[in-house]
Amino acid sequence: MPKKMLQGCRAIAEMVTLCRPKVVSAYPITPQTIIVEELAQIVANGDLSAEFVNVEGEHSAASLVLGASATGVRVFTATSSQGLLLMGEVVFNIAGMRLPVVMVNANRSVSAPLNIWNDQQDSMIMRDSGWIQFYAENNQEACDLILQAYRIAEDHRVMLPVMVCADGFVLPHAYENVDMPSQEDVDAFLPPFESMYRLDPDSPLTMGAFAEPDKYMETRYMIQRALEGAVPIIEDVARDFTKTFNRTSYGLFEEYRMDDAATVVVVLGSMAGTVKEVVDELRAQGQKVGLLRLITYRPLPVEALYRALSNAEDIVVMEKALSLGSSGPLATDLRAIFQSRPANPRISGFVIGLGGRDVTINDISDSISKAHQQVVETDFVALRDDMELEGINA
Amino acid sequence: MPKVKERDKSCDHLFASGHTACPGCGQSLAVRLVLRAAGRNVIVVNSTGCLEIFSSKYGESSWEVPYIHSLFENIAAVASGVESALKATGRLDDVRVIAMGGDGATADIGFGAISGMMERGHDVLYVCYDNEAYMNTGIQRSGCTPHYARTTTSPPGKASLGNWRPKKDLPQIILAHGVPYVATATVGYYADLDKKVKRALSIRGPKYIQVHVPCPLGWGSDSSRTIELAKIAANSGLFPLYEVDHGELKVRRFGKKIPVEEYLNMQVRFRHLFGKDGARAEVHEIQAVADANIEKYGLMAK
Repeated sequence: MPKKMLQGCRAIAEMVTLCRPKVVSAYPITPQTIIVEELAQIVANGDLSAEFVNVEGEHSAASLVLGASATGVRVFTATSSQGLLLMGEVVFNIAGMRLPVVMVNANRSVSAPLNIWNDQQDSMIMRDSGWIQFYAENNQEACDLILQAYRIAEDHRVMLPVMVCADGFVLPHAYENVDMPSQEDVDAFLPPFESMYRLDPDSPLTMGAFAEPDKYMETRYMIQRALEGAVPIIEDVARDFTKTFNRTSYGLFEEYRMDDAATVVVVLGSMAGTVKEVVDELRAQGQKVGLLRLITYRPLPVEALYRALSNAEDIVVMEKALSLGSSGPLATDLRAIFQSRPANPRISGFVIGLGGRDVTINDISDSISKAHQQVVETDFVALRDDMELEGINA
Repeated sequence: MPKVKERDKSCDHLFASGHTACPGCGQSLAVRLVLRAAGRNVIVVNSTGCLEIFSSKYGESSWEVPYIHSLFENIAAVASGVESALKATGRLDDVRVIAMGGDGATADIGFGAISGMMERGHDVLYVCYDNEAYMNTGIQRSGCTPHYARTTTSPPGKASLGNWRPKKDLPQIILAHGVPYVATATVGYYADLDKKVKRALSIRGPKYIQVHVPCPLGWGSDSSRTIELAKIAANSGLFPLYEVDHGELKVRRFGKKIPVEEYLNMQVRFRHLFGKDGARAEVHEIQAVADANIEKYGLMAK
């Protein structure tokens, strides 16, 4: 297929259309809005046979696709930031009910202060919800992951929702060449949704029963097992995608110049493009630096990550999120992987680019240098020096 | 009476017995009656609350029709999603969607979602079982709690006479959305409830029925007098029975007005309104509310 120059939002909407959802519901929030505007227009033009439902808030958008999914149809929603937080209760509920909802989250900071720009604090808050979480580097990958998300979510061995995270503005608002597959190829890759259970008067069942202490724990265990079991399925689907569409999809993570790397930078999402530049520069200077770009954050592919990172001397985690009062969530996760295993790399954590602050080549190379000097627990990169930062406690 | 029993036998029990509702629970009776009127070709969406808890324990469901519970405040949106999926797959002609929530889920926490569902025109019947407080969490005040009623969060005391505001007029608020059918009903009058459910389900678009369901535990009433209490609420004018069918008001009238004092006296939640010297002035206020309803809806048979 010829590549098309598309805005990210348009590309995402076109890929969603190719996946043939029957019910789409969303509520506008920057920077997700254009995705659903595009979908509304596609439905209005008759190019997608679906119910497009404008709701009165994100809590209802998630609830509406929950109800539609339980009735046995493929669904789509998209949100961002405050919208994802407002959905939060339903996000957990969808996973608990084992419904294969697919959502795009245009990553944006959370309020206060109000800030509409990109970081990944919003989706990180949902990491414990039971959803599979993918982080895309660019619009091509965001599209490719949406297609794979449906196949993985609807796999009867998985039956869990998937959140495809795309860095707000950086992806949805940027124009990129995107290779959009044909409907025939998509249909061959993604068969029609066959629910395992659905609301149907011909075979009545009770969904969303309440569970007492003698049953509840088992439901959580089953989600945990399904997420662990999803790791090889994600790899299989990525391999099949690569073969079908003749374009590499990495599945769990991408390794960039990792051979013999003594220092490995680990990131999620669009920041990887800048890190790759830094890696190339440092390699040119003779430094053994590589990049591991994690795509599948939940389930965390623990064994694969350990294998990929166990030869590193320094791991430098750079992330656009923070568990306030603790550390960056990705740094914490990686430290936990090595805690109980023989390899013992130094793991430094850097918080960068919150609220849409630019992530520069210098910020990244400076952080790597800092980590080489000593292990960094949690460092805020490129803080201003012209503000009284301790003021509120003074 | 024997006639009703006979009919009862021949009817399908789509809401099976063996659930864990309290003795005399008005809601459990109303659910059975609503489902009997609706028949099998329905999907029920239920909010968190007493009904969900006493009917849907894992492995012990009372529901003989497809049933989904998601959360407390989102049934109108979940029902909208069920309806949208049926519509998208061409099944909406055969299946009816019924959302069922308590008064707290409807008047308070889920109100935004209900307003959205009504405004968007989804083909859903929303049934609110109104027992006038949050009974599942232990009798807290809701927007549907009547004036001066005792609840655990509107307790009477030296500085209070119980709930400080009159009951929210939900049916009229729903009506303001321009929906084709809004009705009030009571578990006290089965035939009237049956007729209204059937009428509602014959209409396409959003429909709303608010069913008055006494709660012996929350109201402090005799569990053997639930039906009687429900009838008295209607025939005092405190819970007027009417329907607005495509703009036309139809009223269930009564021949003899029952004084509100008789209704209030049957319930511990109003006991603080009666002292050694008899009824306090507030009882007259409540009587005035009933009289205003009688006047407004023309509840007295001429």
